[in-house]
Amino acid sequence: MAIGDILVDVQAVAKHYGDGETRVDALRQVDLQVRAGEVIALLGPSGSGKTTLLNIIGCILDPSSGRVVLDGDPVYDGKWLRSDLRRLRLDKIGFIFQAHNLLPFLTAAENVSLVLDLAGWAPEKGKERAKELLDYLEVGHRAPVKPALLSGGEAQRVAIARALANRPRIILADEPTAALDSKRAQLVMDLLRKLASEQEACILTVTHDEKIFDRFDRLIHLRDGRLTDD
Amino acid sequence: MNLALKDIRHGLFRFVLTCFGLGLLMTVVLAMIGIYNGLVADALAVVEAPAADVWVVEAGTKGPFAEASSIPADSRDTVARMPGVAEAGAINYQTVEAPFLDRTLRLYVVGYEPGRPGGPQIIAEGRGIGTSHFELVADRKTGLLVGDTILLGRSRFTVVGLVEGAMNSGGDPAVYMTLADAMALQTELAPADQRVQAARGAGAVKSASVAAVIVRITPGADVDLLTATLRQWKHLAALSQIEQENILLASVVDKARRQIGLFLGILLAVSAVVIALIIYTMTMEKLKQIATLKLIGAPDRTIIGLIVQQSLILGTAGWGIGLTLILLVKDVFPRRVVLEPFNVAVLAGIIVVVCLAASGLGVRAAMKVDPATALGG
Ligand SMILES: Nc1ncnc2c1ncn2[C@@H]1O[C@H](COP(=O)(O)OP(=O)(O)OP(=O)(O)O)[C@@H](O)[C@H]1O
Ligand SMILES: [Mg+2]
Repeated sequence: MAIGDILVDVQAVAKHYGDGETRVDALRQVDLQVRAGEVIALLGPSGSGKTTLLNIIGCILDPSSGRVVLDGDPVYDGKWLRSDLRRLRLDKIGFIFQAHNLLPFLTAAENVSLVLDLAGWAPEKGKERAKELLDYLEVGHRAPVKPALLSGGEAQRVAIARALANRPRIILADEPTAALDSKRAQLVMDLLRKLASEQEACILTVTHDEKIFDRFDRLIHLRDGRLTDD
Repeated sequence: MNLALKDIRHGLFRFVLTCFGLGLLMTVVLAMIGIYNGLVADALAVVEAPAADVWVVEAGTKGPFAEASSIPADSRDTVARMPGVAEAGAINYQTVEAPFLDRTLRLYVVGYEPGRPGGPQIIAEGRGIGTSHFELVADRKTGLLVGDTILLGRSRFTVVGLVEGAMNSGGDPAVYMTLADAMALQTELAPADQRVQAARGAGAVKSASVAAVIVRITPGADVDLLTATLRQWKHLAALSQIEQENILLASVVDKARRQIGLFLGILLAVSAVVIALIIYTMTMEKLKQIATLKLIGAPDRTIIGLIVQQSLILGTAGWGIGLTLILLVKDVFPRRVVLEPFNVAVLAGIIVVVCLAASGLGVRAAMKVDPATALGG
């Protein structure tokens, strides 16, 4: 694995919801390749299919047709080719979503180390890595606190730490900076960029935030379910 | 990292409250089991007390408990001479009410011949009845203490010993006295016209009679052969110990037993539904978190573990609280509450099965949940 590897390869993927009268074509024949080290912004008006595309790449939504190859591994070709999609997500994909979705009964640190626990890390190592990441994201001092007591920005940074914990190579983010002020938003983007190059990962981010456009290598536009590459 | 425990600790107050509620329900279930057992045990106590092999009673009756039985007092001698009989003792039962301090005691008076079968097997406190008149051995539940005196009929009796668990099938505690005292008491308490007759010197009210003769057989003797022989006497009937116990259960306590048994069944069904509902709701409330777990890559094993462990902890805690509470309060009940380890274990088994079945429903819902639902809102 190296910088330049194709990590995400979406080939002629289409997705429609419903059928007949109620049919909505969210994606039509989308082709997209993302290489290791790339940081890409996915732009487009509301309802253009951004979340749909992200969910398909994250293996939590079935495409209607097409092929998806992740990190050289074909995962979808008319049907899912792997039965352990969750393990695939655990090892290869980090999600950062607008709603942080932290587990309310775990502390910030435990929310992060849980992922490492599931991935089979030794508990001590997991705790260490969680602490490191939280410190890095400037929320180390909130490590023993439950999500209910975190501010929106803090919770989002903990969620980012969780997404990055197991060093996934594909990081998917749906408006990750929406809850952050512009200084922190840029900080987070800088951090993601740094991680992308360090871990030879790629980052695909849905965003409306023009303040951070300069942090991306590539801006991709979706309109009516079609890509219009710039 | 144990998610089940972390989640419980997160909502500890609520979880404890739920366990406590379930515990109270289990207390009721255990109380009902105990009352049911107590009813049966109490009913049998009176038959089991003399440790008899055969009961000789009046012909054509199922005496002396299910029906009245009256046989001549000298039947004992006749019976005692029969082959295979090791010991025989005449016995007599009556229920009396007697004032004691500021209360009225309802007592089940057992008259027996000291030195022969029919008396209490174990004296818990004090001593057994000697040869002297007007001595009592009383069940603890009477509230009488060694040294107390109580007026029965026209005579004052002294309590010389205490026993435990002696009562009739209605739960009235027993007192033991000599057969002679018991027969005198019976005469004193006989209807007024009979007493007038007796005072005129018209002879005994009736020739001295007893309720039954209790027989212990010699080792190796045949109970069936003995009862068959005894039945050849026109005025006597014989029942083996087992027959006597069955009669008591079938005729005396049968309705009460069925009543409680049915109620117990309903109670168990209600408990099962309540447990299932609690566990199912507990899982449903966590569906979004379960979706998140799936999203970050948690395997089914982790999710099933979370649900099943929590429901087992809940069930165990409810069972434990119920058991503790019933053990604390069972002696407050006016009648005996008897809990056998077997019953408690069976209840534990039922709870485990219900918990697993309910978590099965929860697991099914959890397995169906789409990880994408974690993303909404
Ligand atoms: N589960 C669903 N069932 C039916 N239609 C859906 C579903 N999810 C999305 N859609 C439709 O698919 C289209 C694309 O939705 P998607 O959520 O991908 O848009 P988006 O670009 O993420 O929009 P936004 O910027 O508002 O988040 C929209 O028209 C939407 O209404
Ligand atoms: Mg969206």
